[in-house]
Amino acid sequence: MSVTALPGARASGLRIGLRAVLIGAVLVLAAMPVLNQLPQDHALHVSDFLVSVTGKWICYAILALSLDLAWGYAGILSLGHGAFFALGGYAMGMHLMRLIGPRGVYGHPVLPDFMVFLGYQELPWYWLGFDSFAFAMLMVLLVPGLVAFVLGWLCFRSRITGVYLSIITQAMTYALMLAFFRNDMGFGGNNGFTDFKELLGMPLSTTAARAALFYASLVALVGCYLLCRWITGTKYGRVLTAIRDAESRVRFLGYGVTRHKLFAFVLSAMMAGLAGALYVPQVGIINPSEFSPGNSIEAVVWVAVGGRGTLVGAVLGAFSVNGLKTWLTSTAPDLWLFVLGGLFVLVTLLLPRGLIGLVQGRGQGGPK
Amino acid sequence: MKGRRLYLDGVSVVFDGFRALNNLALIVEPGELRAVIGPNGAGKTTMMDVITGKTRPTEGVVSFGDADLTRLDEAAIANLGIGRKFQKPTVFDALTVFENLELALKAPRGPLPCLRWALTGEAKSRIGATLREIGLEERAQDPAAILSHGQRQWLEIGMLLMQDPDLLLVDEPVAGMTDAETEHTARLLAGIAGRRSVVVVEHDLDFVRALNCRVTVLAEGSLLSEGSIDHVQKDERVIEVYLGR
Amino acid sequence: MKRILLLLLLLALALPARAQDAMIEALPGLGGGFGAQATAVERLGALGDPRALPVLRALADGRLLRGADGGLLIREGDQLLDAATGAAVPRPEAEPARININNRVRVALRGALGRLQIVSPDPAERLAAAEGVFRMRSAENLPLLEAALTREAVPRIRERLELALGASRLASEDLEAKRAGIAALGASASPEARAVLLEARAANAALLPEIEAAVAAIDRRLQLRQAAETLFQGLSLGSVLLLAALGLAVTFGVMGVINMAHGEFVMLGAYTTVVVQDLTRDIPWLAPWSLPLAVPAAFLVTALIGAAMERGLIRHLYGRPLETLLLTFGVGMMIQQAVRLTFGAQNREVISPAWMQGTLMLPGDIAVTQNRLWILAFSLVVLALVVAAIRFTRFGLEMRAVTQRRAIASSMGIRTGRVDALTFAFGSGIAGIAGVALSQIDNVSPNLGTGYIIDSFLVVVFGGVGSLAGTLIGAFSLGIINKVLEPWAGAVLAKVFVLVAVMIFIQRRPRGLFPQKGRAAEA
Ligand SMILES: Nc1ncnc2c1ncn2[C@@H]1O[C@H](COP(=O)(O)OP(=O)(O)OP(=O)(O)O)[C@@H](O)[C@H]1O
Ligand SMILES: [Mg+2]
Repeated sequence: MSVTALPGARASGLRIGLRAVLIGAVLVLAAMPVLNQLPQDHALHVSDFLVSVTGKWICYAILALSLDLAWGYAGILSLGHGAFFALGGYAMGMHLMRLIGPRGVYGHPVLPDFMVFLGYQELPWYWLGFDSFAFAMLMVLLVPGLVAFVLGWLCFRSRITGVYLSIITQAMTYALMLAFFRNDMGFGGNNGFTDFKELLGMPLSTTAARAALFYASLVALVGCYLLCRWITGTKYGRVLTAIRDAESRVRFLGYGVTRHKLFAFVLSAMMAGLAGALYVPQVGIINPSEFSPGNSIEAVVWVAVGGRGTLVGAVLGAFSVNGLKTWLTSTAPDLWLFVLGGLFVLVTLLLPRGLIGLVQGRGQGGPK
Repeated sequence: MKGRRLYLDGVSVVFDGFRALNNLALIVEPGELRAVIGPNGAGKTTMMDVITGKTRPTEGVVSFGDADLTRLDEAAIANLGIGRKFQKPTVFDALTVFENLELALKAPRGPLPCLRWALTGEAKSRIGATLREIGLEERAQDPAAILSHGQRQWLEIGMLLMQDPDLLLVDEPVAGMTDAETEHTARLLAGIAGRRSVVVVEHDLDFVRALNCRVTVLAEGSLLSEGSIDHVQKDERVIEVYLGR
Repeated sequence: MKRILLLLLLLALALPARAQDAMIEALPGLGGGFGAQATAVERLGALGDPRALPVLRALADGRLLRGADGGLLIREGDQLLDAATGAAVPRPEAEPARININNRVRVALRGALGRLQIVSPDPAERLAAAEGVFRMRSAENLPLLEAALTREAVPRIRERLELALGASRLASEDLEAKRAGIAALGASASPEARAVLLEARAANAALLPEIEAAVAAIDRRLQLRQAAETLFQGLSLGSVLLLAALGLAVTFGVMGVINMAHGEFVMLGAYTTVVVQDLTRDIPWLAPWSLPLAVPAAFLVTALIGAAMERGLIRHLYGRPLETLLLTFGVGMMIQQAVRLTFGAQNREVISPAWMQGTLMLPGDIAVTQNRLWILAFSLVVLALVVAAIRFTRFGLEMRAVTQRRAIASSMGIRTGRVDALTFAFGSGIAGIAGVALSQIDNVSPNLGTGYIIDSFLVVVFGGVGSLAGTLIGAFSLGIINKVLEPWAGAVLAKVFVLVAVMIFIQRRPRGLFPQKGRAAEA
């Protein structure tokens, strides 16, 4: 917890400066699809690649925010947030698959190609309704939320905390990955979903559709940031911080810790699901490897590198680590895993408050 | 105010065969101030653990008014109006002194009320009053992490007051305090009693004498003696196990 | 029982004598015309006398000769043997004539030889023949089978013969014989016998109750065998889990350090095995011992890396488990990548020594692979060593002292830093040893360890952190539960179920099967 709204005058120049930087950053991001329209040789032209990769990073930043809410504030180190991201992505993917309609390779009016291939006669019941955008969006939030609710309820109620909770969340995403790899689950087995055609009537291959998705993600990011800002600034946010630092003491003050953690965890999972839903139409594919534990743990690194317990830090971390990854995997792919592993070591040993800690300097108490 | 009495009877707590509490009985009447003394390891803290739901008794009855405390969890017991100050002061380091008190302030405890919570003038003035009482007015905006041991003790007492409980369980409140502060604490607790029940555990006998109340002596998990401080200090058994060491 | 034995003995004495006579009687027919030859061949085939086998083979190969006196001789290399006795005879003055056969005789020979293999000296041939006869299911084979049974000593072949006899009797016309056949088939645990019985239902309406009872009996036995096999598979998986989890039981269970690079230590152990194998490949007297040699080597390698990791990194994070988790995860990632760059991403081959290959048949037809059996034994030995090291050595004592009351241990002159490093090295070394064993049954690739960390953690938590007995029971029960679920849930879903089950179990008993006691458990 570094900069929260406080009664009294501790708001500093840093805060105002931060706000200006943030607004500036959002404006720069918002300009990217526009600058992409400039002629190729224009000095300010932004390449297609950069726009699409930035669109992905924005989704990652939302995921990082959601993880930060759970870990940085409520102290729930989830090693399975990638699962919520993937569940949101799959819900969106199901909608996109339904929208393909008869344009699939097999030309079946309703069934997606993989179902025709596997000999399905009719749509499984859990695919019903996904042709409606509103229903699919609801599921994007509800499915991850429900999974988080069940898992969280089971764990928080029996006071499973710390590394135990972390491993259980990791086991959850691992189990989901194994399950989604199966063909008979009805989610396309290890190929997952791809070959999407359109969304909300827009063919996905057009520049306009890509720009629209970019802006939708950006709006979602700003919205999620503001939501988290508001939450962490309320008394509820301070209860979360208190739970993070001394869970049992909070109980003796009369707070139902289970309920508070559950609320934060479910909200966080929904945000992750939203991020996944925005991600899938941009990359054009979703498959079970999205559930792999490695993805979740990478998201943890983004937050740790940026500075957990600070919302800006989570976003900053997502952008910087992914920027580094994109750059390294094209120039020196062998090095990337060393660097990623090294980041874990560096951040835990030398930079416990992340990049934000560097900017803020010493003095302000961060999370222990 | 509605009077609820704290009632413990036949309470035993067994840790892997070791009896931390052994057939303990204790009744604290509404509005009563009670001091509990006893040698190290007598089971005083364990008794508070049992009342506040931290430890489940192996057997026995623990009730507050007509609520069976053995069936409730810590939060529910706290919401019944039982507040506790821990032997080892635990405050929330990342929050300021003000925020610590705000968190303890009696108010609806669910996530949604907390999200909607707005600091009213009344709440602010109550927190201000408590800050004055515990002498931390100047430190209101400092993070609790940088307080001294004594100040943390005071902050915990302040949090206990903010909860506005009907029963206060205070475990060694004056450890690490100066003589003047000890006196102040004794006055504070004596002042609270009458309106609420207070149970104080303390090793400092001058402090207990200053409380001027009924004293319960525990030893090896059982009730050894009960009465005025002069009475228990004359009790042969007490002298043997505790004072006469 | 005794009486039956006696009866068998009498039969065994009586039958060969009769059969031998019959064989001598049938033999001359081979020297006659094609019709007589075919009849003699068929008779010899049905008699089941082993001495007929070389004669018929010689006839088939054109090595059966007719002497001047009309006696039959077999040419065996340069020698001539008497067909009836098999004894060598001196070369007669007149060149013996070769006996020719026609197609009809050849067909008869093929059938007879097939049956007669049932008394061949080669057990494999006898087994194959018994199975062939079983499939024929013809009452004609009855005398042959009876003859063969009196001679057969190998239990496995006897079993097959009994089945074949049962099936042949069932195919006969005689009701009593059929009954005996059904009883014989019903006494087995063979799915083939079950199929024969089911097939026979249509033709034997009168015997339906007996057949049904026999099928039910077979089903019971099959289930029992299935259960035994599942149990072994479960124990085998359990031993793998135990090996993988033991190191973690020390580092996490005893020290409380969560080491996410644990799986990578296991992987390093497996790669050490590969390296040792490569180094010893050209030293003939050493090569067969590469696997036993790899055990200490793997222990050393991983223990050293573990000690370096503890001193260099982990010790700065004591008391901060979540940070330790992330740090060790990062280190694991780097180790994995380093191995990938050094050894390549593809699987490396590890050769199993001969004594670990093959399958062992336990009574009741339960197949058990040797290497699994070795690993099961090995895991128990390693467990015993770990327990001994912790219980009975000075190091174990210091280790327990430091983990229970660090400050007091330190004030008593124990160098806690050194003990920490040694303990962590010890746990890491055990992980390396596990890698040696796992290299025998798993693909040796850089991500060998990835799958094991969650499993090991589940085992340790399920069994109860800090309890080696818990780890043992936890590993074997998880292994068995997994294998019991597999047949009806599939391997993947079984794993998922186990994960969920352990999660729910931790709900009920957050401290595992064997909770640690006292105040230390609350930290
Ligand atoms: N969780 C536990 N597990 C095992 N033993 C415990 C546990 N909690 C308390 N004990 C034991 O119970 C006994 C009573 O402890 P308790 O803390 O109640 O004593 P106390 O009277 O508060 O002592 P002090 O004056 O030192 O605070 C002690 O011997 C202690 O070791
Ligand atoms: Mg105490």
